[in-house]
Amino acid sequence: MSTPEKTNPRSDPRWVRVALIAAALGVIGVLIVIPLVDVFVEAFGRGLGAYWQTLTGDADTQAAIRLTLTVAPIALALNLIFGIAAAWAISRFRFPGRTLLTALIDLPFSVSPVVAGLIFVLIFGLQGYLGPWLRAHDWRIIFATPGLVLATTFVTFPFIARELIPLMEAIGADEEIAAASLGASGWQLFRRVTLPNIKWGLVYGIILCNARAMGEFGAVYVVSGHITGRTDTMPLRVEKLFQEYNTPGAFAVASLLASLALVTLAVKTALEWKTRRDLAEAARLRSEGDAA
Amino acid sequence: MNDVNRRVLPGFRLSLGYTLAYLGVLVLVPLAACFSKAATLPFDRFWAAVSTERAIAAYELTVGASLVSAAINVVLGVLVAWVLVRYEFPLKRLVDSLVDLPFALPTAVAGLVYSSLYVESGWLGRFLVPLGIQAAYSRLAIVLVLVFVGFPFVVRTLEPVLERIDADIEEAAACLGATRLQTVTRVIFPSLYPALVTGFALSFARALGEYGSVVFVSGNMPYKTEIAPVLIVARLEEFAYAEATAIAVVLLVISFSVLVVVNLLERWSKRVYA
Repeated sequence: MSTPEKTNPRSDPRWVRVALIAAALGVIGVLIVIPLVDVFVEAFGRGLGAYWQTLTGDADTQAAIRLTLTVAPIALALNLIFGIAAAWAISRFRFPGRTLLTALIDLPFSVSPVVAGLIFVLIFGLQGYLGPWLRAHDWRIIFATPGLVLATTFVTFPFIARELIPLMEAIGADEEIAAASLGASGWQLFRRVTLPNIKWGLVYGIILCNARAMGEFGAVYVVSGHITGRTDTMPLRVEKLFQEYNTPGAFAVASLLASLALVTLAVKTALEWKTRRDLAEAARLRSEGDAA
Repeated sequence: MNDVNRRVLPGFRLSLGYTLAYLGVLVLVPLAACFSKAATLPFDRFWAAVSTERAIAAYELTVGASLVSAAINVVLGVLVAWVLVRYEFPLKRLVDSLVDLPFALPTAVAGLVYSSLYVESGWLGRFLVPLGIQAAYSRLAIVLVLVFVGFPFVVRTLEPVLERIDADIEEAAACLGATRLQTVTRVIFPSLYPALVTGFALSFARALGEYGSVVFVSGNMPYKTEIAPVLIVARLEEFAYAEATAIAVVLLVISFSVLVVVNLLERWSKRVYA
């Protein structure tokens, strides 16, 4: 134990450390940092004024931003209600088929986004199962906003439920059982006991779900029909501008989406640090309690 | 817990009923519709649709590029996870949170920027193209974006496992005369295998279905750089719904098989390496 630094069997030689750190930073640099910087350089390359003009001067781009801000919140709200219901049922009760149900919730993650769009075309499209009936009632789902909402909801389906189920299982039902025995109604119990316990996990799930909902491409590509100004969401607008060789326009819209990604990452990181701190704090209090 | 909870806590029927109804309407029924649509095709037409030369080239490329990118991600993931868990360096926390960027960045943005970086006038293309490396509008471009898209999976499945490895084991190995390299390859790596398999499979599964980023960078040339999801879209745009559905069913079957294999492997590795 005379020179612990030298004999510590877990530490690697200095040159190995330096080489590995350099290699890892190189990987992150080429794979992630350079592309990220490039988005903003290309977007702002011709000055702030041109950037602003590209975004605000194009009515179709404006429409795409509005559409994304309509579709994503609806999908988010639907999956939020579902996520809470699923987490409540799965984490608080035992019933046959519970494991299967948990596995089925993850199913949309293993479906290609293109296939996710396709299945809704097969049901609601003109040649689809409900197509003739919808046309008779003059309702449009495919190539219209409802189709975009359906496809987006499908691909973001598991996010919130997946976050809440393990969290609520870890917290346990003791506090809720106590509240219920003391006469709390279902709503009181949820609002006063469950919600405060899961709020950070809920925020975590919401921001991840939102990032995917606003950024979804493949599924909405299939159901949108690419009607410029009507069914183009922001990612679809990026693609259309790219196809029209309007690279500055494409990068301007892309920079908005990249900013969204950065905000998402920042919130996510902050929440993870907070959780880690809270866990450490809880462990400290527990050990102090044991000592006392 | 079973009976007590149902007697004490409210909302069992409501929450379970809602969950099942929502899952059914949004996920199960539409997926079933896909299979039932494919089943309306006579078998020979189904077979003809899924086994055209163009379709087979697309499956091969999709599976091949996904396998290669997942394998690259395993190597990169081991490196990055090891560095993030074991070493200290400036800006480590920033680097750590950047690892998740591919999860947060819309795939269309990734595709757009990768296509511009690797063309001849791009930041990286200007060095690579003179060397004869065409990393835009080629198969290499597809592998590259798939590596980007699947990058966080291996890192994130590996990190907690690396953190949990006991110092005792490494110290014991060193005391018994193992060199550092032997300790790493014979003692540490074997305990990482289950996480590596999971990370590989997650990255592979993600790559199989990827569309948004690939469509920007690949050039989408039939037989050459056309992946299966792009072929589905091409068939849809020709209003060939039955053919599109048939190819979609093949893709779904491949993805679901990966899912099953992953679950079996996880169960198996838990038994063997536990």
